Amino acid sequence: MTGQIELGLLVAQVQKSFGSHKALKGVDLEVRKGEFFTLLGPSGCGKTTLLRIIAGLELPDSGHVFLGGKDITRLPAAKRQVNTVFQSYALFPHLNIFENVAFGLKARQVSLPEVRKRVAEKLEMLGLDGLEKRYPHQLSGGQKQRVALARALVNEPDILLLDEPMSALDAHLRAQVQEDLRRLQRTIGQTFILVTHDQDEAMVVSDRLAVMKDGLVEQVGAPRDVYSKPRNKFVAEFLGAANIIQARRDGGRVVTDFGSFDLSSAPQWDEGTLAIRPEHIQLSDAPNGDPNWVQAKVREAIYRGQSLDLWLDPGPVRVRTHAKGRLAPGDQVSLFFPPEDLVALDKAE
Amino acid sequence: MNKPDDQGRFEAENRREAEAADEYSRGLTPPEEEVPPGLITWYGGIHRAFDLRVKGASLMGPGIFWLLIFLAVPATGLIVLSLAQRGSFGEIQWVFSLENYKRLIGYGLFGWTPDHLIILGRSLLVGLITTILCLVLAYPLTFYIATRSPKVRTWLLFLLMVPFWTNVVVRTYAWLLILSPQLPPAQLAGFMGLIQPGTPLYPGSFATYLGMVSTFLPFMALPLYSSVERLNWELLEAARDLYASRIQVFTQAILPQTRPGLTVGVIVTFVPAMAMFVVTDLLGGSRYMLIGNLIQQQFGQSRDWPFGAALCLALMLLTMIGLMLYRRWGDLDGNGSGHGERK
Repeated sequence: MTGQIELGLLVAQVQKSFGSHKALKGVDLEVRKGEFFTLLGPSGCGKTTLLRIIAGLELPDSGHVFLGGKDITRLPAAKRQVNTVFQSYALFPHLNIFENVAFGLKARQVSLPEVRKRVAEKLEMLGLDGLEKRYPHQLSGGQKQRVALARALVNEPDILLLDEPMSALDAHLRAQVQEDLRRLQRTIGQTFILVTHDQDEAMVVSDRLAVMKDGLVEQVGAPRDVYSKPRNKFVAEFLGAANIIQARRDGGRVVTDFGSFDLSSAPQWDEGTLAIRPEHIQLSDAPNGDPNWVQAKVREAIYRGQSLDLWLDPGPVRVRTHAKGRLAPGDQVSLFFPPEDLVALDKAE
Repeated sequence: MNKPDDQGRFEAENRREAEAADEYSRGLTPPEEEVPPGLITWYGGIHRAFDLRVKGASLMGPGIFWLLIFLAVPATGLIVLSLAQRGSFGEIQWVFSLENYKRLIGYGLFGWTPDHLIILGRSLLVGLITTILCLVLAYPLTFYIATRSPKVRTWLLFLLMVPFWTNVVVRTYAWLLILSPQLPPAQLAGFMGLIQPGTPLYPGSFATYLGMVSTFLPFMALPLYSSVERLNWELLEAARDLYASRIQVFTQAILPQTRPGLTVGVIVTFVPAMAMFVVTDLLGGSRYMLIGNLIQQQFGQSRDWPFGAALCLALMLLTMIGLMLYRRWGDLDGNGSGHGERK
């Protein structure tokens, strides 16, 4: 918040209730200028409410939102340099593509030649040139989404908000659009804040992400850090497959049902849980006497095309390995749990 | 040397694939099908041309029959009747002339008078003002109803429809009672010097429009509600997000979305409001003689059915001109994209 030359977005202790339902229970966040930030969480976690508060479409019950060092908490949406790409795109059906994109500029009485120039620029950037005269109902889902993007970006907002913009696209198109979106943000260097419940999407696009649950932020960080060092069970499981292992501390090591392990950072508890990603567990047929090696038996093998999932005894532990491996139930395997990939989870729930 | 070419080909392929995916998501490319000669595909089925014609005729038949019985036949009758003459005892003399139309535009026994044209113009004006008043009231009303909880909404809609249960004559007499000199509204108006103390609030403009609006508000509000209920609120938020003023939010986000309901509401309000005679007769006094009253007179006291028929046709013509003007306005504003979003 201080010491930075360019101030981004700061959300401080924001609370919001709808009737008896507490959507946000005191959220603190900092989004740096120029980064792609993602609010990730299951439905009902409050991520969309937070986005709407940043957009100015909702007033928080308490707390503050600062943009570029200024308190914008009570500033109406029409007075904020923040624009939104809505979930259903919300294109004006009676206006053609040019008029849709020009809407914000015209509303602020930008001169017509300037409007034409800036709209044409954005349409070209998003590969929409030639569609100016079409109406929204004549466009495909992907094109509508790009029009919505152009309509927001043409105003050169300090922050672009994206409310689950991929959810209306089919899976085939989504992967491509995610990469395009990331590339676009890197190119223009504007601050993007995306709301999504799709952890893959969050991984692909974000510089940093915040995992939310029940109106609170559980963890903030770069995708790689949050994925490999989840703070608690919820984050570990929400960001992909995770083995959650009961353990207790015994001197410098932790003891579990199928062996004792070294950890690179010691747990804060005496009894608690460990997490490790299935693909981080290393597999070998040759037993090894080193610490963090254990023996197990394959209970079930699931072929997934790009990987082979093994459920092991003692368990329940899942290992994800190369699809080329040919292992069948009953086979004996040796496993190595790298100390840096074994994470002690916070106890607090 | 090969590499750039390959690159180009891949890119083209990617684009084609993406386009195909786009097309697919639009549902625009139906699977290609071979149709045997002499047959026609129609909505996914394969038919013989003759079968299709029979099918079309049988589907259109009832509608055409309906229009014939309830529109074409009576309208023709009305036109024929309007060309006939009133006999000296009020009977119809089948002597055809344009006499009734000459009378309509003012040529009578004692030269030209604008009376009938004034009545026509007044009818247009009263219909217009009633429609505008209903419109201005219906927007906040329907937005209020649409944003209540489902339970409250049902009750409010029910209340809106309750007036339909009683006859308009009965309701208008109720207004006479409410506006009578002994009751608070008239006494308050008298106290404030708006009317002579001790006199009722009727006849007059205020009473007339009160009666008209209370009669026609549900006609405007119910169709409008059906549009407001399905409103995409995200469009309103998008407009606000894009720096729109309150007026722009209305004209750019609310009006285009509610136009279908608005159109129905305007038509079902304007058309009968222009022809209204009960309310204007009871609450308006002699200054509110409308074409409806005039027509009623011809078929009633005056027993001049042919002239009444001519007046009816004049009213129909006026209504149609009004609707055509309205349609043109709708098209102009809709940029030719039609009403509402087509899928």
